[in-house]
Amino acid sequence: MIDLGPHITFILSSYIGTAIVVSLLIIWVWAGSNKQKRRLADLEAQGIVRRSQTES
Amino acid sequence: MTQTQTTPTKQPSWFSRLAHPGVYLSWSAHLVVPLIVLTIVTFGIGLWYAFFNSPPDYQMGETVRIMYIHVPNAWLSQMVYAIMAVSAVGSLVWRHPLADVSMKAAAPLGAAFTAVALFTGALWGRPTWGTFWEWDGRMTSTLILFLMYIGLVALWSTFNDQSKGARTIAVFTLVGAINIPIIKFSVDWWNTLHQPSIISTEGLSMPASIATPLLVMMLAFTLLFFTLHMVAMRSEILRRRANNLERRHIAQQMEAKQ
Repeated sequence: MIDLGPHITFILSSYIGTAIVVSLLIIWVWAGSNKQKRRLADLEAQGIVRRSQTES
Repeated sequence: MTQTQTTPTKQPSWFSRLAHPGVYLSWSAHLVVPLIVLTIVTFGIGLWYAFFNSPPDYQMGETVRIMYIHVPNAWLSQMVYAIMAVSAVGSLVWRHPLADVSMKAAAPLGAAFTAVALFTGALWGRPTWGTFWEWDGRMTSTLILFLMYIGLVALWSTFNDQSKGARTIAVFTLVGAINIPIIKFSVDWWNTLHQPSIISTEGLSMPASIATPLLVMMLAFTLLFFTLHMVAMRSEILRRRANNLERRHIAQQMEAKQ
């Protein structure tokens, strides 16, 4: 690891803070996507499907 | 003898076909995984450059490494809003559902990137300028941008009918777009503590050893945005589809009872 000098706290805080925000953003987006996929799968399991799916 | 006239049906353009929500779900499904891989690889290269293959700046020293995350997030904070403004035009002029979806999916992402830009800017400012915050043109207009993102995210949640809400939010988004040139030119218009733009029409005002990690990190964060935006848009289309199915099912049940 390189020597980050006297301002190491500021540099690492920036990277760690960014990593936390980006990680939370990724988790939130993926969780939202999985939730909607599960909702549609549950509806399909109950026989509630789009008209185009019933026609085919 | 009567002559029947047939009006030729106008075929939708290739763009309209691609932008149909169902077609979008189909083609975007093939892009998500390649985008994720490309984003991870670009971040790997960017971080390696940022920490192991770039020198300290002759003035700022090691704190220049904060620039490799601050500038990409500041760039995204404005680019995401520009994408929302273009989507708002698509929503108002063509009433395209995918434009509404794009606008809604981008807002929380823009808020997060702007928050990171403000946070890293403050942490960079303290050792460089001696202060975390100064009410100068660039910083204040970026804070206003963050508050606008938060306002737009909150506004989306107040509408039950998302297509009606989209018209109103599109107008607010376009009005707020006036802030983007203010952020961009604030460092030229006013005497500010914030340094002038490092990227201009004349190129980059820095040596290649510092410009390379910066550009790679900008690409990595831009790819991250496009990946998350695509997944969030897909999610929003599925959410609307599920809502419509539930509404139709309830209506059918009520009809059957009567």
